[in-house]
Amino acid sequence: MAILINKDTRVIVQGMTGSQGTFHTEKMLEYGTKVVAGVTPGKGGQTHLGVPVFNTVREAKEATDANASIIFVPAKFAAASIIEAAEAGLPLIVCIAEGIPVLDMMKVREYLKDKDVTLIGPNCPGLSTVGECKLGIMPGNIHIPGHIGVVSRSGTLTYESVSQLTALGLGQTTAVGIGGDPVKCFTFKDALKLFEQDPDTYGVLMIGEIGGADEEEAARMLRDGEFTKPLAAFIGGATAPPGKRMGHAGAIISGNSGTAAGKQKALKEAGASVAMTPDQMGNAMKDALERAGILEKCLG
Amino acid sequence: MKIHEYQAKELFEEFGIPVLGGKVAETAEEAVKIAEGLKAPYVIKAQVHSGGRGKAGGVKLVNTLEEAREASEKILGMTLITHQTGPEGKLVRKVLVTEAAEVAKEYYFAMTVDRDTGKLALIASSEGGMEIEQVSKESPEKILTEKIDASVGLRDYHLRYLADKLGIKDVKGFIKTGLGMYKLFYAKDCSLVEINPLAELKDGTIVALDSKINFDDNALFRHPEIEAMRDPAEEDPRELEAKAYDLNYVSLGGNVGCLVNGAGLAMATMDMIHAVGAVPANFLDVGGGATAEKVTRAFEIILSDKDVKCIFVNIFGGIIKCDMIAEGLITAAKTMNLQIPVVARLEGTNVEEGKRMMRESGLNILPASSMREGAEMCAKIVKEAA
Repeated sequence: MAILINKDTRVIVQGMTGSQGTFHTEKMLEYGTKVVAGVTPGKGGQTHLGVPVFNTVREAKEATDANASIIFVPAKFAAASIIEAAEAGLPLIVCIAEGIPVLDMMKVREYLKDKDVTLIGPNCPGLSTVGECKLGIMPGNIHIPGHIGVVSRSGTLTYESVSQLTALGLGQTTAVGIGGDPVKCFTFKDALKLFEQDPDTYGVLMIGEIGGADEEEAARMLRDGEFTKPLAAFIGGATAPPGKRMGHAGAIISGNSGTAAGKQKALKEAGASVAMTPDQMGNAMKDALERAGILEKCLG
Repeated sequence: MKIHEYQAKELFEEFGIPVLGGKVAETAEEAVKIAEGLKAPYVIKAQVHSGGRGKAGGVKLVNTLEEAREASEKILGMTLITHQTGPEGKLVRKVLVTEAAEVAKEYYFAMTVDRDTGKLALIASSEGGMEIEQVSKESPEKILTEKIDASVGLRDYHLRYLADKLGIKDVKGFIKTGLGMYKLFYAKDCSLVEINPLAELKDGTIVALDSKINFDDNALFRHPEIEAMRDPAEEDPRELEAKAYDLNYVSLGGNVGCLVNGAGLAMATMDMIHAVGAVPANFLDVGGGATAEKVTRAFEIILSDKDVKCIFVNIFGGIIKCDMIAEGLITAAKTMNLQIPVVARLEGTNVEEGKRMMRESGLNILPASSMREGAEMCAKIVKEAA
């Protein structure tokens, strides 16, 4: 068990024949991901990396019975690709692209509101279920299988936190990068709900950052008993100046809201172990598991 | 991206939002010409990207054309120092000349994106003229928020409701303002359209006195007309150069230069440097696909900051190979005749090979085995250099 994806996930890669798409499709295939189709308009009928290419997502879905899509198209066209995948009936869509205009994402979110679709991203590294399926651009070799769920707003900080967990002998179930944009569909709240239901996940490490109120919502779930497993967290950008966008479009403090101090406080008060510096993310997880008396169960 | 007050005023005029008469001038002569076409008294306002211009002496109320000339001469060319510009201040190159308004009451009105719902949010308050953050802290009950469903759009009744709650008499003017802001927001891909204050004049009419418009950087590709409004003099030259090479750079004022891949790790790196008692000179994200070329450009930008005493390279390669990054570092260090030490923490594929290359390069590149160790090495170097 894990969340969202496993060894049976059948994947379509939108934009597979481009340079990014080609590079990462190769890596996903190496990892063992079942990539069953690629989509590039105008290249239908070709075979790329041993995978059949279709002109539209709908044709790819009809021919292969895929149940997930990952999008490697440029930001300008990515919102349209998300809608295409949703209309074709794919229940899981991962959008890697960085730089989609906010107004476009607002339209996407409005469209997906009543659909039974999970959209991860945009501006995210994707996700991987250790040893089974990788649907993204993260390195595969840093993971070991185990019982910790990881969810993060940042790509490279996901890798950093996973490697800290691995170094401590704390293996992982699924690591999800939810992305650094301000408007998205899949948030910490959704990830925690899924990890709560997954019997193999014993604890969760959450990597947040300044801006927005997603981390406060996670703290509320912990406090109100909607999430009952040990939770550890780190908030990036504690020393960022207000009003400046720190790389991620969503990482900006406006006025008094979205500060790291506010998020850390809310999480601590709700009972989470909070790493105050980025080198302590793995240790915070260890601490949370120790306090719950289940550290032994999670090691090795 | 941000623009000047006079540019925002021009956009407001284009979208039918009521504003006072007036125009921008670059010389005192131009300022007088503009004033001749207006009704006295006049206001002369310095055009720099900063709040607090009035307190710093950048805004003058004058009664005659001669006074308008004197005030313009004084403000044009002055270096304005406000709480937002830093001690070096900002040179004033343009002034906005407008009529002076007889204000009876000031309101706050803004549109922005609500991150939690993904909807457009209208924010209004009867407490205009002061910063909205302060109002939300002191009297949150005086802030009205309305979220607009994209499938419905902004309607007259949303605005009538707000007008009634705020006690605005010129409902027609308020609706015109609201609908204009809404059209502007969508037409130009804004992330914030703020009017503060939105003034009720003595004659009861509504007019936008001061405003702030921010644009979504991600959407600038489809708005060359907005990109053309960018004033390079108002932006950090290093941030501009970084943008040209598709690098994310933010000046932070310290002396440890940072070169990191990924925004999250870049933020965490500056937090780590602070935690060990040093101050980062910058935030710099070379992006997920760091190449040797990008690393070289990033080095150039960091080194153009003369306060930088050492550089911390923190790369979690993952898919990118560390030996390739090491090669980029060594090439950049050699071609730029690097004088200051570089602390490099590389993680990922081929990390041992990367470390060996750095050690054997004969250059002042010091390998670190963790983020904390690297930050501590940098803190020691800058302490000794001081």
